[in-house]
Amino acid sequence: MATVTFDHVTKKYGDVLAVNDLNLAINEGEFMVLVGPSGCGKTTSLRMIAGLEEISSGELKIGDRIVNDVPPKDRDIAMVFQSYALYPHMTVRDNMAFGLKLRKLPKSDIEKRVNEAAGILSLDKLLDRKPKELSGGQRQRVALGRAIVREPAVFLMDEPLSNLDAKLRVQTRAEIARLHQRMGTTFVYVTHDQVEAMTMGTRIAVMSDGLLQQVGTPQVLYDTPSNRFVAGFIGSPAMNFVEVTADNGKLVGPEGWVAELPGRLRNAVGAVNGRKLIAGFRPEHLELKEAEGQTVTVPGRADVVEYLGNEELLHVTALGKDVVAIVDSDNRVKPGDVLQLLLPYTKLHLFDAESGASLISEREQVAA
Amino acid sequence: MTATPVMVSPPKARRVRHERTGWGTVLLFLAPALVLLLIFLVYPTLSTLRMSVDRGLGGNFSRFVGLDNYISLLNTPSFVGSIINNVLWIVFYTTFVILFGLAIAVVAMRVRYESTIKAIVFLPMAIAATALGVIWAFVYATDSNIGLLNALLGVIRIGPISWLGNPSFVNAALIAVGIWGSTGFATVILSAALKGIPTEILEAARTDGANEFQIFWRIIVPMVSLPISVLAVTLIVNVIKLFDIPYVMTQGGPGNASRVIAFEMYKQDFAAGLYGKAAAVAVIMLILLIPVMIFNVRRFRSSAVV
Repeated sequence: MATVTFDHVTKKYGDVLAVNDLNLAINEGEFMVLVGPSGCGKTTSLRMIAGLEEISSGELKIGDRIVNDVPPKDRDIAMVFQSYALYPHMTVRDNMAFGLKLRKLPKSDIEKRVNEAAGILSLDKLLDRKPKELSGGQRQRVALGRAIVREPAVFLMDEPLSNLDAKLRVQTRAEIARLHQRMGTTFVYVTHDQVEAMTMGTRIAVMSDGLLQQVGTPQVLYDTPSNRFVAGFIGSPAMNFVEVTADNGKLVGPEGWVAELPGRLRNAVGAVNGRKLIAGFRPEHLELKEAEGQTVTVPGRADVVEYLGNEELLHVTALGKDVVAIVDSDNRVKPGDVLQLLLPYTKLHLFDAESGASLISEREQVAA
Repeated sequence: MTATPVMVSPPKARRVRHERTGWGTVLLFLAPALVLLLIFLVYPTLSTLRMSVDRGLGGNFSRFVGLDNYISLLNTPSFVGSIINNVLWIVFYTTFVILFGLAIAVVAMRVRYESTIKAIVFLPMAIAATALGVIWAFVYATDSNIGLLNALLGVIRIGPISWLGNPSFVNAALIAVGIWGSTGFATVILSAALKGIPTEILEAARTDGANEFQIFWRIIVPMVSLPISVLAVTLIVNVIKLFDIPYVMTQGGPGNASRVIAFEMYKQDFAAGLYGKAAAVAVIMLILLIPVMIFNVRRFRSSAVV
């Protein structure tokens, strides 16, 4: 077990900034998920921990040791690759034992560890097979097994589920979470899938364009995204955004839509009139019948209704945009219905139109 | 849902007819390949076998002599010597070409001027083997005003050494020429094979704790073992047929010290008009090649490697 600390770490490829001044402290035993769209620098960050990528500037620590110039083999890390990267000429057993043999562990120890890991991952019967004789899911488990037997200080995983089908992905997701609980080791996990991030992470670091956008527990990211990017990235379907203008404690939107701001938000917006803002609200927070507390009404007309069983996903033309709402399927909305969607003020997010930063600090949001 | 049950099984008559025409169709499809193989491989082989048990003096094959040609060959010291020389070629030429080829391919992959390096190493492949022989005859020349090697050795006060005139050195000197000429070929083949190894596997080995040496021997070499064996077979086959380098550089000399099988066939038998004996040499070469071919075919069939 160990902490991992990025201290002003930057990675440049020529003139391209892949990771820009990253500061991130990963706690001991934590399941840290690095998430973001492709090209955001998450994989580069992971590879810097592994030692597969040189650090252009800044310091990277594993535990108390600065590892900038330590080769991968001396970092006490194990990595699971997206393609699994199993050694094709070795059996499952040899694949798992490879790292231990290199460390010259006694044979009996190696066998014990391999068998134990095989037991955990139900690979017992596959130990003498070659990787090409295994299914995708089995290969994935071998890749995990190869990392487990090493008993490293930090586990690194680079999109390990992306080559699996949807059902297997959900299964393996739980398996990896269980593994983390059982081992208590520090995990650093890279994914572009926000669902994986939300379900598995103790904390999540959202990255975009090489910049760290926000770090926090899944709940904090969902409830109080610090900017428009995080708000749009976390949550599915994505948050709705509408351009509005602040006017004397009111929000003025398209099509003559006006929302009276309650005190808390009024303070946040400030006295400046005519300030351009982005209002954000999640599809699942729009209600049709009644909502708790003070609400604002969003009028619209249903275009498409996707029936999901317990809920309905509505595409509504409202405020001049396609607004998505998720409502109880008891509502039986039909295409063409005119709707009055209710949104509790506590669920309304406001972002500066230019910087994208949230106007509501975490503390205020929690208080409200 | 039950609209077209009729379509499920094809009409019976049609199926029977299909079976009856089976063999004819099979032969028809095989015929082009079979005819070509019979004309260009099977017939010449059988014909050579037949010639090898005939005296065949001056191309006149009318005197059956049984195994006399073979017995006579095996009792000729220069022929036995040429087989030994060929074995030397097989062992040292093949081994070093592969080792150098692999080493250059691995090193070239890690530097910026990879394609330039490969182009330079590949250059000797563009030189005809006879020209290769002439060039190296100059390098080996005893007169240090001509011979590069002796000139270099002269600097450290050794020599001059008669590389091609001394029976102890001549085979090593010729094999070195062969190695120089073929390393580029091996480099290109193995470099392509190395490119086929996914980077993630090498990175996995690195994070697993392997150093570069261990990665080379335990990951890279096993993963390119199939291309290596194909290359080895190609080199061995070429070397069993070797003729040009000894012919140009030493004429098999000094004495018979650098003769190889194909050269022996040419020198002793064609020159003497003993075509039956020459055919027997060819058959012996074929027999030597058989194990290599069996190995090759097995290798391709086995799924043991990647």
